[in-house]
Amino acid sequence: MDTPTQTRAEERNLLEMHIATEHRERRFESKEVVFDLKGLTVFYGSFKAVRDIDLSIPAKQITAMIGPSGCGKTTVLRCLNRMNDLVEIARVEGKVEYHGVDLYHSKVDPVEVRRRIGMVFQKPNPFPKSIYDNIAFGPKIAGFKDDIDELVESSLRRAALWDEVKDRLKESAMGLSGGQQQRLCIARAIAVKPDVILMDEPCSALDPIATGRIEDLMAELKSEYTIVIVTHNMQQAARVSDMTAFFTAEVNEQQDRRTGVLVEFDATESIFTTPSDERTEQYVTGRFG
Amino acid sequence: MSARSERLTGADVVRKQISGRSIRPGEIIFQGLLLMTLLLSLFVLMVLLFDVASKGLGVLSERGVGFLTSGISSFSPDTAGVLQGLIGSLVTTVFVVVLAIPLGVAAAIYLEEYATDTRLNRIININIRNLAGVPSIVYGLLGLALYVEVLRRVTNGATMIAAGLTLATLVLPIVIITSAEALRAVPHSIREAGYGVGATRWEVIRYHVLPSASPGILTGTVLSVARALGETAPVLLVGAVTGFLASGGQSIFEQMSQPRGYTTLPTVIFQYSQLPNQAFREVASASILVLLAVILLANTTAIILRNRYERKW
Repeated sequence: MDTPTQTRAEERNLLEMHIATEHRERRFESKEVVFDLKGLTVFYGSFKAVRDIDLSIPAKQITAMIGPSGCGKTTVLRCLNRMNDLVEIARVEGKVEYHGVDLYHSKVDPVEVRRRIGMVFQKPNPFPKSIYDNIAFGPKIAGFKDDIDELVESSLRRAALWDEVKDRLKESAMGLSGGQQQRLCIARAIAVKPDVILMDEPCSALDPIATGRIEDLMAELKSEYTIVIVTHNMQQAARVSDMTAFFTAEVNEQQDRRTGVLVEFDATESIFTTPSDERTEQYVTGRFG
Repeated sequence: MSARSERLTGADVVRKQISGRSIRPGEIIFQGLLLMTLLLSLFVLMVLLFDVASKGLGVLSERGVGFLTSGISSFSPDTAGVLQGLIGSLVTTVFVVVLAIPLGVAAAIYLEEYATDTRLNRIININIRNLAGVPSIVYGLLGLALYVEVLRRVTNGATMIAAGLTLATLVLPIVIITSAEALRAVPHSIREAGYGVGATRWEVIRYHVLPSASPGILTGTVLSVARALGETAPVLLVGAVTGFLASGGQSIFEQMSQPRGYTTLPTVIFQYSQLPNQAFREVASASILVLLAVILLANTTAIILRNRYERKW
């Protein structure tokens, strides 16, 4: 009586394990590359902020960028949607290829780039307008002609904010709590139907509960979007990301200036359990940073 | 035992320190001095206002709207009014609102949002600041040379148009500076948010930066309109008349569109206060009250507009 049941359970277990392994293998092997950075070097004036970054960011996964302060994580992230253009003195060398197109080619329109590659910032920055207008602005300027109300609702639902704000869509977004504001910013980013969402320390101004909600949200969103997140929080990187890039700052002794370099890029599990570089190990085990 | 109880513990010291609140004389004196400066400036203003009101209110209450609708006169204080001055001031203000404000705001947008930080742009910036400090009489001379002489075909000489253009030129730097200041105060995060969802530079400015800066811009606008309403010297140079306006059988509007056929409120006040007849002192004070009312009206309009705009979202 017992034996067949056990066998069936075992079989099921085996099958599940097999599927899991296959799934994982597929994730690591046949991953489509969204961003391909080749020798990216960024200057602010004469200051070299990061140098020689080579990095391939896979599609439909969460890639985390970690590292100590001043190692250039945010600088690299802001090159991915040409947000660094807003800094007058920023200068970029090397290539940032997005689906094979060099984003810094002279024929590339940064506005079109940013429509496809959305961004969530460190400090929640809703527009000082109504919750509704916050979401509707992006699609409107992009020429969205369909039902805006429905788009607002679906965006807010996907950002897990709808139930909290559905009765006050016309009220100012500034009246929301920090965590709600950040989810609104995520909803605003997905409303323009981007391909990629860049997140620059999205939880650094939030409490653990709000952080947890954003992390759950990211896990849900990655089925549709490629997510790149910069974080100071190593546990967060370990919890949410599939791939992790570890950056560090090289101190240039002569000029006393720090230039960011990419130390290691691998599956998150490997980075946190079996890092190949000593610096990575020291950082993730908390002996350096 | 008793010796021990007399010794203070750490907690006792803290308790004693935080509850031994003493009056800090320096702080009170400083606060008092600041209050004095406020009262002093208010006092001077109040005296002025009281003086003007006590002389002028009588005329205004006696004549009512008639004071606004009667023409200026230098011989009969009982029938003298401010009509030409009121019309002149309103027309020149329209020039300021229509010309200086759009031009100034647009220039400020260019300087703050588009211009890169080059040496040339810095020089331009500094020069605009200096222009705001140039005495108004210099603008009057500029108006005389440029709008009355060079552009005679446009302005028909020393007309209200020339005066309006001169005043618009005079307040332009003020509009630019206050608008630029207001634009600069808009947090960078709002711009980033706009660019982040794929807005162009103009869309970011139009939908986010300008609305956020509009209260500050409107404040600057109020200041410039008030400044233009109060200026006397430059309009005298470009044709405002301080004497009796010969009507020559024309209607008041025909007459005022002639070169040297118009006047403005400050000019009328200047004229009335120069006349030897003591009765004109009261007429001058009443005219001042009219000017103050016009300025107050302009300010109130701007504040109402600002509040409406702020509440929009």
